[in-house]
Amino acid sequence: MTDWINYDHPWRLAWRRYRQSPFAWIALIVCSIIVFAALFAPWLAPQDPYDLNVIDFFDAKLPPGSPSQSGFIYWLGTDGQGRDMLSAMLYGLRISLFVGVLSGLVAILIGMTLGMIAAYFGGWIDALIMRIVDFMLGFPTILVALMLLAILGQGVDKVIFALILVQWAYFARAVRSTALVEREKEYVEAAHSLGLSPQRIMFIHIMPNCLAPVIVLGTMQVASAISTEATLSFLGLGLPITEPSLGLLISNGYSNMLSGRYWISLYPGLLLLLTVFSINVVGDRLRDVLNPRLSR
Amino acid sequence: MTGFIIRRLIQSSLVILTMTVVVFLGVYAIGNPVDILMPDDATAAERDLAIKSLGLDKPLLIQYTTFLGNLLHGDLGTSFVYNIASIDLILLRLPATLELAICALFIAVLVGLPLGLFCGLRPGSRLDKLVMGASIVGFSIPNFWQGLMLIMLFSVILGWLPSTGRGELGIVFGIETSLATWDGIAHLLLPAINLSLYKLSLMIRLTRSGVREVMYLDYVRFARAKGLSETRIVTVHIMKIVLVPIITVLGMEFGSLIAFATVTETIFAWPGMGKLIIDSIMRLDRPVIAGYLVVIVLLFVFINLVVDITYSLLDPRIQVGGRSA
Repeated sequence: MTDWINYDHPWRLAWRRYRQSPFAWIALIVCSIIVFAALFAPWLAPQDPYDLNVIDFFDAKLPPGSPSQSGFIYWLGTDGQGRDMLSAMLYGLRISLFVGVLSGLVAILIGMTLGMIAAYFGGWIDALIMRIVDFMLGFPTILVALMLLAILGQGVDKVIFALILVQWAYFARAVRSTALVEREKEYVEAAHSLGLSPQRIMFIHIMPNCLAPVIVLGTMQVASAISTEATLSFLGLGLPITEPSLGLLISNGYSNMLSGRYWISLYPGLLLLLTVFSINVVGDRLRDVLNPRLSR
Repeated sequence: MTGFIIRRLIQSSLVILTMTVVVFLGVYAIGNPVDILMPDDATAAERDLAIKSLGLDKPLLIQYTTFLGNLLHGDLGTSFVYNIASIDLILLRLPATLELAICALFIAVLVGLPLGLFCGLRPGSRLDKLVMGASIVGFSIPNFWQGLMLIMLFSVILGWLPSTGRGELGIVFGIETSLATWDGIAHLLLPAINLSLYKLSLMIRLTRSGVREVMYLDYVRFARAKGLSETRIVTVHIMKIVLVPIITVLGMEFGSLIAFATVTETIFAWPGMGKLIIDSIMRLDRPVIAGYLVVIVLLFVFINLVVDITYSLLDPRIQVGGRSA
């Protein structure tokens, strides 16, 4: 009956267009595998790298492919303490993803709320919020995070806090610019005349229409958060040794590298690169797919 | 125009003032300032003397004005480690960082601009696809790990280039620089390349998208119809428009190069202020941390100001301040 309308939900349409790029498809699959590996690291890893009963110090710094005392093979070698590199990387990936995704999500929540408030109310509220945004964006992420951690000290909570603080402004700016356009549309006027509360109009009516740029930006920001955390941990300012993320693993291998034991730094770095790269490819494709300027 | 510059200057001063409050609160008010300004092994008598001389027994507002006064005299305490005034120490290390950042920017422009231009003129070609793929890798590769791999390859395996230090310095126009000697250049090469690769990717993408946007505009078609040579159209007519956003982005990116220099300097033991700040954080040399914060804020406010003004001068379409200025 309504065949001629040929209606399709915009998200389904976007998904169909996403699949047209095989490269982006592969990147999405790689991303899923990485998330899966991180979630199920305790079951996938050949050994628990932080259980001191399992680690054999005599196995320290073995090259990739060496057999262990207890029978299994260190496919990616061992580190300075005799840990299986593959296991340490899977556990490290877990921490890196946790920090990146959590800080990204909280930053999105804060940024979206503030951006929406700025766009909806305008006036001095808008001016105040956007001046703070300008101020935050005036300094590079890595530098602000570095300074914060120099004052706050080490710790997972502090790293996440620093990453949230440097990221929210990007979301606030993106949401504000979309919401400014949405605010003028008829459905908002209709909602107003129905006497709905500002909160309801902002977060139930306008917000869903501002999601596209947030999703694109969010993907890229998670990749950048993972990378920033790794950098901070490498510099010794990020996560403590008790929470060995990929950055910390690379840092541990730094001293061994000059004596030719390349694998301790090489493999965690490759995994980090693969993670950030595939997330970026997915984000790049999402931008093409969700950009309304290109869709017609 | 003058009104715009004055307005921006007032804004910049406000940013600087805000940052002095942040630095003051961060370094002086949170925690015990005596711990921050005195070495850990100071005696009780030395501490009392410091409390008196720093005026820590006075209210917070008065302390802040004292801090501002000292700041204006360039006095932010003496480094525990080097026993030099912290601001002097930082300014001593500044030229090495600037040298590194400028060389990295130079490499990014020198390689990125022609590559981006080529890709933009021939979108979809094999080289275009290769370069664009490589640029996503360039964006994604963690800078510090890339540095380690460069050392691994060029210093450890191939043994071509040194991996640490600044090498032999020469003096050109009264400035000490690594660029004056071959040994210095060899030392500079790896860190500069490491710092530049991210900006190189950015440069390629910016130029490419700029060229693609401008290429189909009427005035370019008109230039073709007039029978101008392709070289002239590309180098004069297209590049003139493409360069406007690139120059402003480059200005902003120069600031981020200085920020990222902390990572590169740490890896390559480059004696700039980035390595100094990381070392100081590790050794809890807090006057240096405070000094670095102040210097970096001034530097960034200055860069942002220059970028804004250049932008408005370069592109007459931009009406500064919303209304006609």
